[in-house]
Amino acid sequence: MANLKEVKNRINSVISTQQITKAMKMVSAAKLRRAQDNIIQLRPYAKKLNVLLQNLSSGSDMEDDNPYSVERPVEKVLLIVVTSDRGLCGAFNSNIHKAAIQQIEKNYKSINDRGDLTILPLGKKGFDFFRKRNYKIIDTYWDVFSDLSFASATEAAVYSMKSFLDGSFDRVEVIYNEFKNVATQILRVEQFLPILPIENDGPTKDIDYIFQPDKQSILIELIPKSLKVQLYKCILESNASEQGARMTAMDKATENAGELLKDLKLMYNRTRQAAITTELTEIVAGAQALG
Amino acid sequence: MDLEIVTPEKKVFEGEVQSVTFPGSDGSFQILNDHAALISSLKEGYVVYKDRNGEHEVEITGGMVEVLNNQVIVLAEGVL
Repeated sequence: MANLKEVKNRINSVISTQQITKAMKMVSAAKLRRAQDNIIQLRPYAKKLNVLLQNLSSGSDMEDDNPYSVERPVEKVLLIVVTSDRGLCGAFNSNIHKAAIQQIEKNYKSINDRGDLTILPLGKKGFDFFRKRNYKIIDTYWDVFSDLSFASATEAAVYSMKSFLDGSFDRVEVIYNEFKNVATQILRVEQFLPILPIENDGPTKDIDYIFQPDKQSILIELIPKSLKVQLYKCILESNASEQGARMTAMDKATENAGELLKDLKLMYNRTRQAAITTELTEIVAGAQALG
Repeated sequence: MDLEIVTPEKKVFEGEVQSVTFPGSDGSFQILNDHAALISSLKEGYVVYKDRNGEHEVEITGGMVEVLNNQVIVLAEGVL
């Protein structure tokens, strides 16, 4: 049987681990609330922008000469992979990595073998993962989560739009975790560019707008905005999912530590009792020998 | 008429106003009650609106404005 001091040390170390996981859970819970607030704050803007786009594109032939919706033969692909900066959040990052690799193997194997597949990681974990595995990566934008704002998030969107327009990439996809609830993340693979046709839900209103400067240039200005919002939304969703995943993981870890502690305490007490019993037997035996 | 100023990060203002002036990309313009439907792009500058408590201004970094049925919606890139 293990000696008393060893067991005592293990108990102490498990207790301090438990304290850490408990604190991390609390921190994640607070961060999760903020992340969810961010998503909610974005909603009115995103909704209004969509309505505006729908009103504008209804009954127009703008789709044809919109440079962001040009379908070219897919030769060069950019994958935007949204991960997190920190670990200890369960399978959050490894799910994303797996999905990204699966997507590459399934749809873009030959493109990747040719070296025409580029990954744009957002988040430190994804950056490290793909760099270690010698994928072609763009390493300018991975640091969005250290200071998450619309401005910093849109830099990656601006980059991908620019390189789509100048033909460096024919297709851009985003892989991220969508926030469903604290315990559940939904993996999403979405086409970012070229833009899929704007869906018109509901009857199209034919409103006679006055345009300033003119319809074409407004549409050209609106589309990048909506793309930026789209990517920003992905990043916010991923951020909320990360906090949710970490909360669940840390909750589980705290629980496991509790169970381990229970076992260890039982073992400690058993050892202690066994030691006392041995001592007593020794004393009694000694007394008998004397008497 | 109702004015709403939103950015991707927050809702800046929502409420009833008498008049509002925008930094349009072709030059500054003002919207009053019962204005015709309009969509205009905005450059950086001040959005000045007048409500019951007097004049207020919000500095934006560009965006869009839509006027429809006395609903004025400003989609600002950001506010300073």
